[in-house]
Amino acid sequence: MLDVTDEQLASLYEDMVVIRRIDTEATYLQRQGELALWPPLLGQEAAQIGSGRALREDDFVFPSYRENGVAYCRGVDLGDIVRVWRGNAHSGWDPYELNMATPQVIIGAQSLHATGYAMGLKNDDSEAVALTYFGDGATSQGDVNEAMIFAASFQVPVIFFCQNNQWAISEPVGLQARVPISSRAPGFGIPSMRVDGNDVLAVLAATRVALHRARTGGGPTFIEAVTYRMGPHTTADDPTRYRDEAEMGEWAAKDPISRLGALLKSRGVLTEALESSVTAAADAVAKEMRHACITMPPPAPMDVFSHVYSEPNSTLDTQKENYARYLQSFPADSVEGINQ
Amino acid sequence: MSSMTFGRAINAGLRKSLEDDPKVILLGEDIGKLGGVFRVTDGLQKDFGSHRVVDTPLAEAGIMGCAVGLAYRGYRPVVEIQFDGFIYPAFDQIVCQVAKLHYRTQGKVTMPITIRVPFGGGIGSPEHHSESPEAYFTHTSGLRVVAVSNPQDAYSMLRQAISSDDPVLYFEPKRRYHIKGEVKEHAEPSLPMGSAQVVTEGRDVTLVAYGPLVRTALDAATAAADDGVSVEVIDLRSLSPIDYSIVEASVRKTGRLVVAHEASQSGGLGAEIATTITERCFHFLEAAPVRIAGFDIPYPPSKLEAHHLPDLDRILDGVDRALGRRNSLSGLGA
Repeated sequence: MLDVTDEQLASLYEDMVVIRRIDTEATYLQRQGELALWPPLLGQEAAQIGSGRALREDDFVFPSYRENGVAYCRGVDLGDIVRVWRGNAHSGWDPYELNMATPQVIIGAQSLHATGYAMGLKNDDSEAVALTYFGDGATSQGDVNEAMIFAASFQVPVIFFCQNNQWAISEPVGLQARVPISSRAPGFGIPSMRVDGNDVLAVLAATRVALHRARTGGGPTFIEAVTYRMGPHTTADDPTRYRDEAEMGEWAAKDPISRLGALLKSRGVLTEALESSVTAAADAVAKEMRHACITMPPPAPMDVFSHVYSEPNSTLDTQKENYARYLQSFPADSVEGINQ
Repeated sequence: MSSMTFGRAINAGLRKSLEDDPKVILLGEDIGKLGGVFRVTDGLQKDFGSHRVVDTPLAEAGIMGCAVGLAYRGYRPVVEIQFDGFIYPAFDQIVCQVAKLHYRTQGKVTMPITIRVPFGGGIGSPEHHSESPEAYFTHTSGLRVVAVSNPQDAYSMLRQAISSDDPVLYFEPKRRYHIKGEVKEHAEPSLPMGSAQVVTEGRDVTLVAYGPLVRTALDAATAAADDGVSVEVIDLRSLSPIDYSIVEASVRKTGRLVVAHEASQSGGLGAEIATTITERCFHFLEAAPVRIAGFDIPYPPSKLEAHHLPDLDRILDGVDRALGRRNSLSGLGA
């Protein structure tokens, strides 16, 4: 990683601080009733920034629901990060604007989508790569295993990026795997790497290796980034019921931001000026996201019927017409957006 | 216009779609060199290459999930599920992804995927090879579901399904693969994919069927005519959405409705059609709608399937019931 300059290190540092701030702000928004739910990425900043910043614009990401740090790398509008979690829509952003699919809730399903997309890339003679994120729990799903089989059989340019954050809600990784998760991939014929997921440079390096392999016709790679979910599974979770303080303490000592901070300090890069500019940037992002969140207009009632089909559908059209009549049977101001 | 078998008509439809659109890609088990277990894809891999007619690993969820990814990339995947009873491993991808992605992304992502499913019984197969799972999919918003009954529709509706930007479950009645019919290729289809069709006009009773039972229904109409009963047979063609305008117009004329399908009765298409027609045509009905369906049993061993599958006589018994004529349930006060 000799080519990573001090400036780039500082930039990675800022990214990690900013996405932690986004994460904290979103958690506040949930506690204040502005979001229905939020899946924190606290502790996984290096895994997400290190991989997210390795990608090219034309690469395509298939995430789970926790990769808001990756979405930030892809240039997402801040309000679009929280749109789903506010309940305004099932997707926050246009997948084709970010080259990133929207949050996938069905565990592991997206690994197959990435593989199919990579089949298309190969047919198109494209140099782009599909990268899919999932957690340690997802590696027990059939979809993830089938994705590895298809990817290996067809030698397509896909990267399986597992953030092993040690916990699938309350289930420890030992319940999913008796061996390191990375050791499974070679059984499928897929080269595999196990990296310190809290070391942003290690993650960046591993992702670059995998991307190079994929771009040069070498097929799929599996990366296990060993990290830790320092927060709850979501804001609805209570980890005190299943996890002990000692473990939290161990991983707090390996905090990815502190670690990069220590490196920057040793190189004389992390000056007070940098610290304050990074904090200011993070606060500004948080403020913008909060504003976008609380001023977001609610969807109109009739939007409930939108985009079920691309083409007219007689059954649904009838239901839609009838419901519009029903809404119109109320006084015009009693239902928000009634006449839309 | 040429005469071809049902299976051959599907093959011709696939071939034309592959020729017309480089983004059409076929995925399935044994569809390449072997040409499919029913030979429906015979010769296509040879002519279009293994990157467009793809023999996949043996995993239905994997096939369907990869089809989703290909659709994201701008392809039009046509998936073959080898047998009806093998579709369930792919169920999650179909219901949670294929059906919902357009809605989930507020229309940004389309899923122009066609899922071909040989379905239905009557071929003496072991378990899992004779099922009629259509109601699982008609219950799922975001999917279109069709069932074809003759070689012309097999060709035309397959072409329409592949062209559709919506995902389509395309059910093909495997026991009819070998029937022959005239097929006009390369012509504009005479009906939209979502339309039902009156295939025999009649005055006394409306008989709705789809897929393999259309032919049985036509035979029943012929037999009933010998008995002086005029049966109007409707080929439903599209199971989701259902073209109620055709069924409604027919029932307003005949006042009587019989719906026949191989799938189990409870929660089936017959229930949906009978309810909707009752809502819309209550004052035109002379009798309660009648369902002639498979029993609410797992698909039985093949030596018993003749008892389970609605045949000509059971359909005629249902016609008699709708007409208030003597039938097997006479005297029960129903």
